[in-house]
Amino acid sequence: MELLEAIILSVLAASTPLLIAATGELVTERAGVLNLGVEGMMIVGAACGFGGAWLTGSTIIGAACGIVAGTLLSLIFAVMTLGLAVNQVATGLALTILGIGLSGLIGAGFVGERITPAPHLHIPGLTDIPLVGRILFGEDAFIYFSLALVIGVWLFLYRTRAGLVLRAVGDNHVSAHALGYPVLKIRMFAVMFGGACAGLAGAYLPLAYTPFFIPGMTAGRGWIALALVVFSSWRPARLVIGAYLFGAVTILQLHAQGLGLGIPSQFMSALPYLATVIVLVLISRARTGGSTAPAALGTVFVPDR
Amino acid sequence: MLDPTPSSQHTPLLQTIGLTKRYGTFLANDSIDIDIWPRQIHALLGENGAGKSTLVKTIYGLVQPSDGEMRWQGEKMVLSGPSEARSRGIGMVFQHFSLFDNLTVAENVALGLDGKESFKDMSARLEEVSNVYGLPLDPKREVWQLSVGERQRIEIVRALMQNPKFLILDEPTAVLTPQEADQLFVVLERLKAEGRAVLYISHKLEEVKRLCDTATILRGGKKISTCNPQQETAASLARMMVGADIKEVKAAAGRKITVPRLVVNDLCLEPDDPHGVRLQHISLELMGGEILGIAGVAGNGQDELFAALSGERLAQDPGTVIFDGHAAGHLTITERRRLGAAFVPEERLGHGTAPRMKLSENALLTGHAASGMVQHGFVNTAATLSTVDRATETFDVRKAKRDPEAASLSGGNLQKFIVGREILRNPAVLVVSQPTWGVDAGAAAVIRQALLDLAASGAAVLVTSQDLDELAEITDRIAVMFHGHLSEPLPTADANREKLGLLMGGSSLTQKETAHAVGA
Repeated sequence: MELLEAIILSVLAASTPLLIAATGELVTERAGVLNLGVEGMMIVGAACGFGGAWLTGSTIIGAACGIVAGTLLSLIFAVMTLGLAVNQVATGLALTILGIGLSGLIGAGFVGERITPAPHLHIPGLTDIPLVGRILFGEDAFIYFSLALVIGVWLFLYRTRAGLVLRAVGDNHVSAHALGYPVLKIRMFAVMFGGACAGLAGAYLPLAYTPFFIPGMTAGRGWIALALVVFSSWRPARLVIGAYLFGAVTILQLHAQGLGLGIPSQFMSALPYLATVIVLVLISRARTGGSTAPAALGTVFVPDR
Repeated sequence: MLDPTPSSQHTPLLQTIGLTKRYGTFLANDSIDIDIWPRQIHALLGENGAGKSTLVKTIYGLVQPSDGEMRWQGEKMVLSGPSEARSRGIGMVFQHFSLFDNLTVAENVALGLDGKESFKDMSARLEEVSNVYGLPLDPKREVWQLSVGERQRIEIVRALMQNPKFLILDEPTAVLTPQEADQLFVVLERLKAEGRAVLYISHKLEEVKRLCDTATILRGGKKISTCNPQQETAASLARMMVGADIKEVKAAAGRKITVPRLVVNDLCLEPDDPHGVRLQHISLELMGGEILGIAGVAGNGQDELFAALSGERLAQDPGTVIFDGHAAGHLTITERRRLGAAFVPEERLGHGTAPRMKLSENALLTGHAASGMVQHGFVNTAATLSTVDRATETFDVRKAKRDPEAASLSGGNLQKFIVGREILRNPAVLVVSQPTWGVDAGAAAVIRQALLDLAASGAAVLVTSQDLDELAEITDRIAVMFHGHLSEPLPTADANREKLGLLMGGSSLTQKETAHAVGA
């Protein structure tokens, strides 16, 4: 039982950065913008988040630094792809390369330092309930925040007019423009939200997961988050399932190695991507019309006035 | 339904004074004056590129004018965007629908309104408006599942829900069956009776004569005239639009209908994309010397049939497509061309030609199989250039230099080149899709004449078109595609608009007649 609880707790912790980053990217892609720079924004968020927390001693300021850094980086992407109508795929890839370099520069002074990790909740009575208490009421605040974030995004997309407009922009930017919606402005906010989430997800790693900073510590989580958005077929509810599934796979991989099962760890690491491909095939077979992906995803829009 | 303001008798609802729109040095609209009055249906006529769309986009606030002004009920109006136009009472139904395929009907309507009422109230009002005007809609369905006619209904209902004083419709009947168009006219007459003004863009002159009180004609960005279309003839309106008399298309006398040159036998084909149409048991027999027309609302399998005939998609059974006695269902495009077949697809840029390649290179792309353009693997540049020159001369292709990029030609001139390129190969069978879609009237006449002359020389010609007037003008027989089925061809002389309209809407003529007989 102890082992099971430990596994669940570590799965929750491993899934949270994936969930936060993927939620941001989902909103960006729903507006029709494909930002492949998630990994870059995450790693810069991690460096800045750690730096903020190390200098001030506050986890909250650290998280804020991560958010601001991710947002600023996404603004570069927005200016390039929305303002100057540059190819989104190329810009996103460049953003990741930029981010990895930038984070090394920012984080150079912090390598080897330690901070106090984000505190875990403790609600007397509730947290002490055997088995479920620690899982439901005894984790760090990021985990609960990430779930609130997904619910908030779901409500926004499907229950508010602004969310409807955002989905419309991602479905057909020409029509949205013809009806008088400011396509580029809406997309810019969506990109910035995606950047803020990626920055926070990156900051989670040194602030709560492992309390120190090492260059390249995101280790491909940004790419998994991108795969996750496709896996979820752009739906927030499936995103939660997918994030925990992918998180579980990464943890199981460690346990599988520990137990000496004969499965190569490379195969386990590839599982999230394999699962994404299988889901894509299943989706396209199940649906006979319409498209699950936002129809305008990745296309450049230049309004004529 | 609307309060007639006292001034409406003397001031126009909307006035444009010297309205001008420049794109760089190009004048899309050159000092245009138009008066729109309530209780009138005002036609806006002109060829492609005459400036109609720019003008209405300016009135709807989508485009900012470079010069001149607009007056709304006598007062100067500057629009910051479409939502301001809507709040003043200007509504618009777009030519290329401004709908969102993956959203529901109700969501699409909500996006066109300004969002001051709750979604629930809006849905209730949607139902009410669609019932009042006889435009039934199911609010919960997603748009990609709907037919073209239903999609247009969404646009119209969305515009009507703003209770507009002035409604702009951009070529609304281009995609409708004649019956659907008639239903639309009833709605427009009703809007007029309610005191609203309608601006109606079209290039179907008979329709304009029947429906409109006033017509303004644009040509090359300038206003040519404002007139009463009921006092004009279709020919005089056309002359004002084109600026010259249009040559009448004449079939050569003494055409001989010979042997079957294209036979399709029970062709069935699954679509390869989820939005496609399944071809179901298509059979036809096309003789040398004959032009067969295929009518139908877009998206009923015409594209799929073209792909199956051209060899872009292969049939299971070679015997389903036969060119000149050779089973060809399994042959590739090049092999079919070697049998004497030629193909002109609907899309000029990207399908008919590679836009950024020169005309001579584009000539090579379809001509390499069956002419002297390639020798020992090398391109014979002189031969490709001479094809361009011959097409230019024979079909009056106007271009800036001898061998420009395909994308630099106007639609009409490029289409003349593409049709010319195929005809110069002396095909036994020509399959052509939408030969004059979006082409100016002068070029359309040249292309139709070329098709008639080709048939007169003994070739078989299959024309797919949504323009019933075009089919009536050049074909010998007309068949109709609906949901992947092809009807029995009717002799063109018997194929009136009503019969074709019924077939385009999916009714079978024989069933109707039997039902009548039983009823009597």
